[in-house]
Amino acid sequence: MLANYILSVLIWLPIAGGVALLMIGDGGDVKSSQARLMRLTALAFSLLTFLASIALYIGFDNAERGMQFVERVLWVDAFNVWYYLGIDGISAPLILLTTFITPLVVIAGWDSIKTRPAQYFSAFLILEGLMIGVFSALDGLLFYVFWEAMLIPMFLIIGVWGGERRIYATLKFFLYTFLGSVLMLVAFIWLYVQTDSFDLLTFMNAPIGLMAQKLIFLAFLIAFAVKVPMWPVHTWLPDAHVEAPTGGSVILAAIMLKMGGYGFIRLSLPIVPDGSEYFSGLMIALSLIAVVYIGFVALMQKDMKKLIAYSSIAHMGFATLGMFLMWWIVADTGAGLGMSGAMVQMVSHGLISGAMFLCVGVLYDRVHSRQIADYGGVANTMPVFAAFMVLFAMANAGLPGTSGFVGEFMVIIASFKANFWFAFLAATTLVLGAAYTLWMIKRVVYGEVANDNVAALQDLNAREFIVLAILALSVLLLGVWPAPLVDMMNTSIEQLLLQVGQSKL
Amino acid sequence: MYEYYLAIVLIPLAASIVAGLAGHKIGRAGAHWITIVGVGVSFLLSTIVLYNMFWGGYEAENLSVYTWAVTDGLHMEVGFLVDRLTALMMVVVTFVSFMVHIYTIGYMHDDPGYQRFFSYISLFTFSMLMLVMSNNFLQLFFGWEAVGLVSYLLIGFWYKRESAIFANLKAFLVNRVGDFGFILGISAVVMFTGSLDYAEVFGQAESIASQQLEVTGFSPWNAMTVVCILLFIGAMGKSAQAPLHVWLPDSMEGPTPISALIHAATMVTAGIFMVARMSPLYEFSTTALAVVIVIGALTAFFMGLLGIVQNDIKRVVAYSTLSQLGYMTVALGASAYSAAIFHLMTHAFFKALLFLAAGSVIIAMHHEQDIRKMGGIRKYMPITYWTALVGSLALIGFPGFSGFFSKDLLIEAVKESHWHGQGAVYWIAYLSVLLGVFVTALYSFRMFFLVFHGEERMSEEEKSHLHETPAVVWVPLVLLAIPSAIIGWFTVGPVLFEGYFGSAIFVDETRDVLAHLGETFWHDSLGLFTHSVVTPVFWLAAAGVFTAWFLYLKRPDIPDTIQKKAQGLYNLLDRKYYFDDLYIKGFAAGGRSFGKFLWQKGDELIIDGLLVNGTANMVGRLAGVIRHIQTGYLYTYAFAMIIGLTVLLGWLIWVR
Repeated sequence: MLANYILSVLIWLPIAGGVALLMIGDGGDVKSSQARLMRLTALAFSLLTFLASIALYIGFDNAERGMQFVERVLWVDAFNVWYYLGIDGISAPLILLTTFITPLVVIAGWDSIKTRPAQYFSAFLILEGLMIGVFSALDGLLFYVFWEAMLIPMFLIIGVWGGERRIYATLKFFLYTFLGSVLMLVAFIWLYVQTDSFDLLTFMNAPIGLMAQKLIFLAFLIAFAVKVPMWPVHTWLPDAHVEAPTGGSVILAAIMLKMGGYGFIRLSLPIVPDGSEYFSGLMIALSLIAVVYIGFVALMQKDMKKLIAYSSIAHMGFATLGMFLMWWIVADTGAGLGMSGAMVQMVSHGLISGAMFLCVGVLYDRVHSRQIADYGGVANTMPVFAAFMVLFAMANAGLPGTSGFVGEFMVIIASFKANFWFAFLAATTLVLGAAYTLWMIKRVVYGEVANDNVAALQDLNAREFIVLAILALSVLLLGVWPAPLVDMMNTSIEQLLLQVGQSKL
Repeated sequence: MYEYYLAIVLIPLAASIVAGLAGHKIGRAGAHWITIVGVGVSFLLSTIVLYNMFWGGYEAENLSVYTWAVTDGLHMEVGFLVDRLTALMMVVVTFVSFMVHIYTIGYMHDDPGYQRFFSYISLFTFSMLMLVMSNNFLQLFFGWEAVGLVSYLLIGFWYKRESAIFANLKAFLVNRVGDFGFILGISAVVMFTGSLDYAEVFGQAESIASQQLEVTGFSPWNAMTVVCILLFIGAMGKSAQAPLHVWLPDSMEGPTPISALIHAATMVTAGIFMVARMSPLYEFSTTALAVVIVIGALTAFFMGLLGIVQNDIKRVVAYSTLSQLGYMTVALGASAYSAAIFHLMTHAFFKALLFLAAGSVIIAMHHEQDIRKMGGIRKYMPITYWTALVGSLALIGFPGFSGFFSKDLLIEAVKESHWHGQGAVYWIAYLSVLLGVFVTALYSFRMFFLVFHGEERMSEEEKSHLHETPAVVWVPLVLLAIPSAIIGWFTVGPVLFEGYFGSAIFVDETRDVLAHLGETFWHDSLGLFTHSVVTPVFWLAAAGVFTAWFLYLKRPDIPDTIQKKAQGLYNLLDRKYYFDDLYIKGFAAGGRSFGKFLWQKGDELIIDGLLVNGTANMVGRLAGVIRHIQTGYLYTYAFAMIIGLTVLLGWLIWVR
């Protein structure tokens, strides 16, 4: 019975939890028993949501070509808007990623959040529900509502719990992403006028002329490129990350950036395949610029969070590269490899960048600085932490045996099939990624104890250890055995490629 | 044998995990026991595998362990290909690793990171075994990068030292440049064959060779040439071939046991192994082989020369490793793959021995590494002295020692390889390896004489502490000295001329130099031994030893004079042909400035300054102008409304 509504449960359970937290409150004192109850409630809701997603994983049929766990209820009769949910092998891994990361964020913020903790945890739970909503919505308007609603909690998270320049960062974040998504709404309305429906699956099957396809693609592009973010609309991300509290950075990097990539796969490619083909060269160029240009920019960052933010942009470049290779591959196989690689890259990046931001958070909680220059020789005082950080850095540099390698490997192989030089530029990440990540490690983790702050550092506490250990295990597991993830996506990607392969003209 | 293979690989991994994660609980002795027993068992099982392959008549096995992932028709597996080439490598790797594990007990005795060290070297053994036992390109790349990771961790083992953490970053990045080529090579393989599996790819070798790839836009390249050169770029990184050699000398910042294990005997030979493994591909591209032979020849000769001016005991041995790796590469380029692997094997023994002997001296000297501050150590450390002598004689190819058989035949094979008709390439290679013999003998015995003979240049206080190192240190020396001395006698025949490798190595008949040598030149080990005195190789080596003796024992004033007279040449060698300067001041600094430029000019000035905040400012300014219209006075708005109404009405009446 409940199994039929599992997507609704996944969306509304955390949102209900968020509301409950607001009602419990923190009693004005973070150490009060009321605040403790509130935190336990937050953890309970995030864990329950995770358990529900496990049920989703168990019930998920890898061989099914269509949408699964479909729920469809009429919402606004006048505009034929439906509360229409459903997932396939492309959205399911991202939902699992969301439910997996959120409890970790709750644990990570356990006692490091001193002001308004109830609102803080509430914002994350509500955000979780809304993000799952984006990944499961099959109605354009519903998708749009979740998409925009998602901005509000994140806006608050950065604006209330952020650093010194948080107002600049939130405004930049909000305007960038909001302006982008308004054009998406315009595209939806145009499609509604054509098809008399907001059903995404209907959009996918509707014939659309080339000019209209190009325009819709551009409208989507602006919305999604900002979210990914792609060069040159990426500059909000480093600012947002730097000012966001640790948990905000984790969610932003791990899940919100995936919205852009998901948008391309779910909307752009199947709804406007010819438009996508027309612009695929541009997309590949922007992706490769992201890999190379941003790689160099990341090298010179002095702020650890900025460095990881830039590294995220470069890694997401692999995701967008993999998605748009299909028209450039003349061989019969390879398109699916690029697409799988893109998806794996998104999931893996969620784990690794999340872990990297948590690592910086661990240091920030102790020293209150994100500057690389304020550290040095952390391994002397925090050996366990250092081991984790080196592991995640290696994963970030795409070392085989970690999840960071899987997606990059697939995308590089696929891009070689498209063009030698695509692969050549993409593969520069082997050098650049290692250079910026490990140079940071050299300056932060290794060396003599640099100053009194570092000398006074305490190694990880149990709570931090658990969070990082869970992430480390999952990064390794996905690196050693990515088959479960890849198998989950294969059928849906095949289906997607069939769909995109058919011209709508 | 499946269970054997799994055990060989997984036992060191398990030991490494236990020693790494539970190091505090099991203590120092617990850590070394569990890892030593682990690698010991691996060695034993590997020996059984080798025995079965060689005498038991076992066939090569190609097994899949599990499916890593399948997508879009590309099967990515983890599996083992165990043939005679693999079996030989397994034994070499586990044996040297076993020796180094034991030696480490003595060498790292007082180090606070004792357990961590054992965990790392066991992890290395696992990674290296994964590399050599792989049956596909994916796992090869995994092992390839995993050994790189452990090398990174171990070079930077003493992470407080600035020089160590500089060296490990440098090593990793330079290796990544190689891996950049390597992953493109693997991509090319997938593009042309649709598979990552060795057997399937080798089966399609002819079809690859018949295809072409557009790279530059001028004229298409032969696909096999592209594949082989890209893969070889990976080998150049890992096996430190010029110009990607710069990381190896600096890697000496790591503790000496890993210099022996990783940076001499095993990891750096991965590139050699890889090319030999890929012989069914390389044989289809003479262009690629010509590239291989030239790179190898340049490395063999020019890196050897650098050994002459080094004063750090470990760096001398490191340059000698570079040069010997060059020798192996030359053999690969001459299609004498077996000769390369044979030299790899003897080199693993004698070079590990030399490093461990150097380490023994370093322990005794309380971590002094400058050979100018040593001398006459012979009488204090007799076991180290004799074993180091065995290692040095093997290195210079003194008749009868293991290095003699491998190097002599390697040079004969190069001499024999007239096949490509590319005269210059052949002459470069032959002259390099031939003259390299003199250089090798010169720098080896320069070091040997300066350390063990002549005047005692250390302080009185040093002398009073100087004594032979404990048994955990010298026993591995002796155990390595035995194969270094004698293994050549009974292995050279089977490995090079009696088809030990069987189908594991493929050589095109028209240029099978070893087969040709087998018919015209080879009789038996004794024959080769007695023949040696009439070869230029022997006389060049002897001349090298004599020169070293004359310059550094007899007339130690001469080297100083030469150094003063040929200042330019000396500087060129001392600065290592300016490669480091080029890379650090050129590429690294250039990359940083470029990054800074893109960041500050691209991101901050143009995108953020001009476009983003520029737009915001423009909106602000526009709003500032418009604000003047919104005065807040009622009459202004009323006036505006009247004008608007008039215009609207006028439009309705006259225009429509």
